[in-house]
Amino acid sequence: MIFRKNTFKGGVHPTEFKELTENQPLEIMPTPKEIFLPLQQHLGKEATPTIKKKDKVLAGQMVAEPVGFISAPIHSPITGIVKDIKSIPTPIGFPRKSIIIEAESSNEFQYYEPLNIDKIAPEQIVERVKLAGIVGMGGASFPTYVKLTPQKDKPIDTLIINACECEPYLTRDYRIILERPIQFILGTKLIMKALGVNKAIIGIEDNKPEAIEILRQHLANEPEIKLEVLRTKYPQGAEKMLIFAAVKRQVPPGKLPLDVGVVVQNVVTALSIYEAIIEGKPQIDAIITVSGKGIKNPKNLIVKIGTTIQEVLDYCGGITNDAIKLVVGGPMMGNAIYDLKTPVMKATSGILVLTQAEVNEIKERNCVRCGNCVEVCPINLQPTKLARLVQFSRYEDALNMGIMNCMECGTCQYNCPSNVSLVHWLKLGKIKAKNIQVA
Amino acid sequence: MEQTKFLELQEKRLKLGSSPHIKSAFSTQKAMIYVILALVPCIISSIIFFGFYQIVIILTSVVFAVLTEFVIKKLRKQNLSIDDGSAALTGLLLALILPPNYPLVSTALGSIFAIAIGKEVFGGLGYNIFNPALIGRAFLQASFPVETTTWVKPNLAVDTITSATPLAQFKFERIVTDLPNLFYGNISGSLGETSALAILIGGLFLIFTKVANWQIPVSMIIGLIVFEGILWIINPNEFASPLFHLFSGGFMFGAFFMATDWVTSPLTSKGMWIYGLSISLLIVLIRNFGGLPEGVMYAILLMNAVTPLINRYTVPKIFGETK
Repeated sequence: MIFRKNTFKGGVHPTEFKELTENQPLEIMPTPKEIFLPLQQHLGKEATPTIKKKDKVLAGQMVAEPVGFISAPIHSPITGIVKDIKSIPTPIGFPRKSIIIEAESSNEFQYYEPLNIDKIAPEQIVERVKLAGIVGMGGASFPTYVKLTPQKDKPIDTLIINACECEPYLTRDYRIILERPIQFILGTKLIMKALGVNKAIIGIEDNKPEAIEILRQHLANEPEIKLEVLRTKYPQGAEKMLIFAAVKRQVPPGKLPLDVGVVVQNVVTALSIYEAIIEGKPQIDAIITVSGKGIKNPKNLIVKIGTTIQEVLDYCGGITNDAIKLVVGGPMMGNAIYDLKTPVMKATSGILVLTQAEVNEIKERNCVRCGNCVEVCPINLQPTKLARLVQFSRYEDALNMGIMNCMECGTCQYNCPSNVSLVHWLKLGKIKAKNIQVA
Repeated sequence: MEQTKFLELQEKRLKLGSSPHIKSAFSTQKAMIYVILALVPCIISSIIFFGFYQIVIILTSVVFAVLTEFVIKKLRKQNLSIDDGSAALTGLLLALILPPNYPLVSTALGSIFAIAIGKEVFGGLGYNIFNPALIGRAFLQASFPVETTTWVKPNLAVDTITSATPLAQFKFERIVTDLPNLFYGNISGSLGETSALAILIGGLFLIFTKVANWQIPVSMIIGLIVFEGILWIINPNEFASPLFHLFSGGFMFGAFFMATDWVTSPLTSKGMWIYGLSISLLIVLIRNFGGLPEGVMYAILLMNAVTPLINRYTVPKIFGETK
């Protein structure tokens, strides 16, 4: 295998469009009148409400408690009255039971007690992360404390901070690094302490020279935290690709990063952990990039979780006439939605309004077996073959060809000249194949 | 409030769909147009060496290819797909591998056969096993053996050049054509196949625009030079030099335009190397030990049949897999 420095095999270079928002400072969006809080914002179990209809809640107060190991509590982002608890549509595509809170004009809030960063014990950090309801930023939004709880048989030696932000358009991690480098690095050190590791690597793509410069300055006296500048390529920020590029370890199929002694966390997560410990603030804000040619004023925003997408779009000046697609998340992996009443969730990274020119949706034609999808698949799958197996309901064969390793990054379909709906078939195949596996 | 109403209107025409929501600018249609563009130097060389009449052959072939696809799609009540350009391309490719001044009726028949039997019976673009243009050519070779092996002298011919192709001359008369004429294409042969220079211009354009992969042409050229080189070193009197073989017959055209066909070539880089080297081996065997002077067409068709097998044995190792 050819040794490639600081990158991985395959991948694509989509147009970045980061210039739309990269110079927009983080802006705090005013508190909305109403908040919609889905009780399940991640993989795992739904949280149980601890309040009733018509209760008064304070900003930062826990309103739903976790059930089981993989579950996270939910806190009210605003002070107000509980209006209702009912099912509403969410950006992940399924309706979820949610708490609806009506805001009151009040500056009251109820955070946790700030902890002393110098005297804090690793267990205290994990406990606070759990209490603050911090979840990961990946598609599964795994509760972060689970990743911070060490397992005896799997020692961790390295923490990797994912600052790649390889999805086009998104610039929130970039803005956090530019505007809050000290908080971000302190958060990183807290994660290191919780994990008991003395080595951290911040992986960042080489298309962000200003952020790299700032990090270099702040890391001058931090020998334990190394900055690794990686080549700009999608999906550099995918966990397995990032680990390979940064420490040259390959996570085997079906295994997790901790199987190779690594934990990966995001920039936003490091910042949230900092806030949870130094300020005692639970995860009630989402930092999102609102971008795309279809939005009048693209911005980087700090919004309350539960704010509807419509309100965010209104705040950014509304959408243009030629907008045709609304995406929650990045353009490569995000979900297209149609209901503007869906709320911003904990793991929401961006809201994109795309026009025809950006979507570039070409006619779907027959697969011409050009092999472009095979060439760019970072996991070395054969997307065209898997898609065809799924089309013929041959899920077992698809399973044998490794369909479960697909991370749905969309690289194959982006590069497909015939615009075959590869990701659609792969997603469907994974669900069907999983049922076979279980049965 | 006005804005809200406006947004509600927007909601009604927002598109849904699975990720990814952006798409590279590359498309099958564009690729076909690029290949047709890359064939322009070959069309020009055919006119220079064999006269303007060749344009009529090319047009006949293209028109009948497109018409055949149109009629079949209509008969089978399928969506029309002639806008993808693949039928026109097949017609063009077929014309360029026919002898100059080829009868128009046979040209049309070959074109119809290429699309109908070479492509549409398998289900259309992407499903065919064999390269449709080569299927058309093989059909003509079998049906009209005399016409399909009747060659004419190139226009710029000097006395030493006869109407026999360099490969036939070598095989049956032991006459070696000089390299410059072979390279520029001032020799007798099929319309677009004679000029290695024109083919290289178009072929390199395809490789730099990433429409064609580089592995197949490179592996074919390396294979031919190595295999022919071995024979040549063993007995230079009996076998011609590798460079002679490289620039004669349909080798260059086959390497850049026929073997690189997406549909009928392997998926992975490793598979492409196996495919390219095997084609060259077959060409060397047919040219030197077979009854025919030329073997590019049959070599590629044979390897087309083996492609699924190559794909099966060159499945890439999944990331992180240790086996």
